[in-house]
Amino acid sequence: MTSLAADIGISATELLTVVASRELAGRHTVFAGIGLPTLAVSLASLTAAPDLEIVYESGVCGAHPSHLPETIADAVLITGAEAVLSMPVLFGYVLQGGHIDVGFLGAAQIDRWGNLNSSVIGPWEKPKVRLPGSGGAVEVAANSKEVFVVMRRHDSRTFVEQLDFCTSPGPDRALAEGGRVRGAGVTKVITELGILTRSGVHDELKLTAVHEGISVDQVRENTGWDLKVSDDLRVTPQPTADELRLLRTEIDPRRVYLR
Amino acid sequence: MQEAIARYVHDGNVVAIEGFTHAIPTAAGHEIIRQRRKDLTLVRMTADIVVDQMLAGGCISTLVSSFVGNSSAGSLGELRRRVERADPEPLEYQEYSHYGMICRYLAGAQRLPFYPLRSYFGSDLPRIQPGMRKVASPFPDEDGTYEEIYVVPPINPDVTIVHAQRADRSGNTQMWGLTGIQAEAVFAAKRAIVVVEEIVDDDVIRADPNRTVIPALAVDAVVECPGATHPSFSQGYSDRDNDFYRSWSGISADPVSLSAWMDEWIYGTTDHAEYLAKLGEATLARLRVGQALSGQVNYGTRLEAADSASDNTKDQQ
Repeated sequence: MTSLAADIGISATELLTVVASRELAGRHTVFAGIGLPTLAVSLASLTAAPDLEIVYESGVCGAHPSHLPETIADAVLITGAEAVLSMPVLFGYVLQGGHIDVGFLGAAQIDRWGNLNSSVIGPWEKPKVRLPGSGGAVEVAANSKEVFVVMRRHDSRTFVEQLDFCTSPGPDRALAEGGRVRGAGVTKVITELGILTRSGVHDELKLTAVHEGISVDQVRENTGWDLKVSDDLRVTPQPTADELRLLRTEIDPRRVYLR
Repeated sequence: MQEAIARYVHDGNVVAIEGFTHAIPTAAGHEIIRQRRKDLTLVRMTADIVVDQMLAGGCISTLVSSFVGNSSAGSLGELRRRVERADPEPLEYQEYSHYGMICRYLAGAQRLPFYPLRSYFGSDLPRIQPGMRKVASPFPDEDGTYEEIYVVPPINPDVTIVHAQRADRSGNTQMWGLTGIQAEAVFAAKRAIVVVEEIVDDDVIRADPNRTVIPALAVDAVVECPGATHPSFSQGYSDRDNDFYRSWSGISADPVSLSAWMDEWIYGTTDHAEYLAKLGEATLARLRVGQALSGQVNYGTRLEAADSASDNTKDQQ
């Protein structure tokens, strides 16, 4: 697949990171795992969102690591951190207590309502592929004000009409079962092709931006449902020299995550 | 370690091994494998390398967890063979979410019949997991309606095993860094084994009582086993062996190579000291950490004489 990334000599990770970091403007607390979300939050805190704080799923708040962390529980995240919380405090008081603006999630499958599958491909009882499962994703989806999803692969096997299994539901599925809804669910999906957006309850994901060199048809062909396209479709601005410099020389000079 | 496992871990038991990435008591898992325990129900939020090893050792018939995977470093070969192909035999798997597991420990620690949480509405998890059930709140909301909420059942393991930096001889256990769910898992258990980097004098513990995460009254056995967490880390004592994590996907991908690894590293070593010696000085040196001491707090001492303090007590009675 030709992509903006290849054309201008940057990696897909760099492109996704830059796009995700810009979407964090105006947010304060982010609940995230390691890897691309860490890079995006680090970049955003130096650019679009200086007040951003990342809360790690391991319990670390206000990390000031001396080295780039390799896991959500890297020892360098602990030394010098502002707070290290136990699991009941982190999940019970911080997340379920309603303190998280944006939860960052990945998934193997997503549908048009932003419901996510991270458990299995195939039937749960006899899966073709056993995936990691929920971890805290069910809780992140239910309790964050909104959820950002980064999907490295954008094709009709990952953007599906029907999930094999719904691990982490959005608000519409929760409402249908009689649950109370707290957040908007998935509001942004960032992929190699573009950005899909939904506003909240009862809204489905729409294509609101494509990366340079990507056509709307290309995105629709790679989406497993009849994807709606925004009337004012944007083209993602290219990563700036400054964004790339920060990523490459300040945030991840050893290219731990920048692939 | 040999004695603690022989005494407290029996075939068919429900065994919890906790440690969220940090302070995973791997050496205890290895000893369970060496002692060839069978039919265990293993409870562990993040089923990872030590679980893959215990599966390969034939110790586990049921797994209860909220995440299965080799953190961000790859796959668990044995676990996937068991779940995807029932190879060499089926594994009963109970899938929860992280907060679901946390609530199960909270209920277990407090001897409650269930614990509520704001998760699972709209998820397929309750369909495959009968432990997730809905109840109506007995208390009306402002609008007079009674909210429905999911609840999960308690976990009360026969034995919980955790790792910590230090404890005194009676089991007062101090831990720092990521404290995870260890205290709740210990309190939920019928018996608890705490593995520590070092057993210290009583005075060391008493100089900083707030750092005692698990008090002696909840602990049945303290095992001193330096480096027991490899390949995970112990804050302030040893770093995480990321190379080992990355290598595990390859080792476990093929049952033959996994079996050879088990023969060499677990059955081929008599205890954890031998395992560490086999890892070798170069690896241990790579995992060594420098110092970043905590600041100090002033707990204060009463300045008036001890005699008059006891007089005060008398007056109040």
